[in-house]
Amino acid sequence: MSPTEPLPPEPLEPPPPGNTLPDAAVPVDALLTVTGLRKAFGHHVVLKSIDLEVRRGEVVTLIGPSGSGKTTVLRCLNGLEMPDAGVAEFAGQLTVDFSTPVAKKQVLALRDRSAMVFQHYNLFPHKTVLENVIEGPVQVQKRPKAEAIQEARELLERVGLAGKENSYPFELSGGQQQRVGIVRALALRPQLLLFDEPTSALDPELVGEVLTVIKELADEGWTMVVVTHELAFARQVADEVIFMDGGVVVERGHPDTVLRDPREERTRQFVDRLLNPF
Amino acid sequence: MSINWELVWSSLGPLLSGAIFGTIPLALASFSLGLLLALVVALMRLSRNRLISAVARIYISVIRGTPLLVQLFVIFYGLPSVGITISPWPSAIIAFSLNVGGYAAEVIRAAILSVPKGQWEAGHTIGMSRHQTLVRIILPQAARVSVPPLSNTFISLVKDTSLASLILVTELFRVAQQVAAFSQEFMLLYLEAAVIYWIICLVLASGQSALEKRLDRYVAH
Repeated sequence: MSPTEPLPPEPLEPPPPGNTLPDAAVPVDALLTVTGLRKAFGHHVVLKSIDLEVRRGEVVTLIGPSGSGKTTVLRCLNGLEMPDAGVAEFAGQLTVDFSTPVAKKQVLALRDRSAMVFQHYNLFPHKTVLENVIEGPVQVQKRPKAEAIQEARELLERVGLAGKENSYPFELSGGQQQRVGIVRALALRPQLLLFDEPTSALDPELVGEVLTVIKELADEGWTMVVVTHELAFARQVADEVIFMDGGVVVERGHPDTVLRDPREERTRQFVDRLLNPF
Repeated sequence: MSINWELVWSSLGPLLSGAIFGTIPLALASFSLGLLLALVVALMRLSRNRLISAVARIYISVIRGTPLLVQLFVIFYGLPSVGITISPWPSAIIAFSLNVGGYAAEVIRAAILSVPKGQWEAGHTIGMSRHQTLVRIILPQAARVSVPPLSNTFISLVKDTSLASLILVTELFRVAQQVAAFSQEFMLLYLEAAVIYWIICLVLASGQSALEKRLDRYVAH
């Protein structure tokens, strides 16, 4: 199957909503609520106070100049960076308060709910494509190997990588590697997918095949946060666009507003520069 | 100078048995133990705990900063004066293992650091603990990088085992010395010993190439 064809909804269904009872503190459809996220590296404050709400099935894109802190937000959500303050709450089931020391168990719980797709893919070079995908399900989630292999094969086929199971990452193009990176994340059956500039390291002609896969996942109802410079993608796929600069959210809203008719001058400058680089 | 072929032939048996029952097992045992020790020391050196890291650093510094012969003599001739007597073979294995442990620790540490940080993060994002990531993701990649320098260490060690003759371990060089003293054919016996050391090292070097080739199967050429 070519990645440009729309994917059927089975069996790539996102996890069913675990929390069906309305929760007093959290709106029914919010999957992740982040408040007051703050992070400094030494004296350099990267995130000043970030609030974020991601509803189930929603695509939130983070845009902004480099150094604006957007990647750091993602990395904090996945426990790759430890914020100095702030609270992350997953649909009432898991609350992590970063202003107090966070237990290892909580970091693992945070990672259990989300999966990251990296800018530079970060595939395991010493493992085949199939081994890359089943590593998490088998070694961490302790699922039966045969089942994990079966599911990995299905996922790989759906992103157009059937027949590449036994290749090593170095034998694949960047676009193929990134699709493996996406499948590796999907195989974990996370509630939330995190994409950190997933197409920034790709040759221009390979960007499309990766964005197509991500768009299909969005159409299937996966919840995701995407850091990207691809404004056309954000406009088509995102439910909300957040523009960050200097560690704060400058503007947020519907893509048509933020990308076409922003309220803030800073947003307008940024969007103009991306659309007209010369 | 004419070559005493009869002596070459008759000494070959004792020399080879010195290599097979002395040099080779001594090198293998010391290298295996030394590598284990080196892995532990390398991880200690990389520890965030400053005390643990400092202990490893001092150990490496002492091992690299003192002659192997002195280390060997301290263990065999020195320790008895504080009431610890160790026989020749264990002394040699202890000294060589400690020595390999110091040198190889730096090799392993460098190899671990050469694996990109993104590999740790990829391990973490699929839910692995630090330990799992180290064992399943980082060390296999570090192993590939460390084969050439560790082979160097191993080959040096094979030759350094000749020092064990000075603490009465019967290995290749000691046998050569004994036969030479008896026959007064010093040149012949020492050259014969040299050739045997060389052959052992050639075998090791070809083993290194085979291992490198095997571990390179996932790297672009």
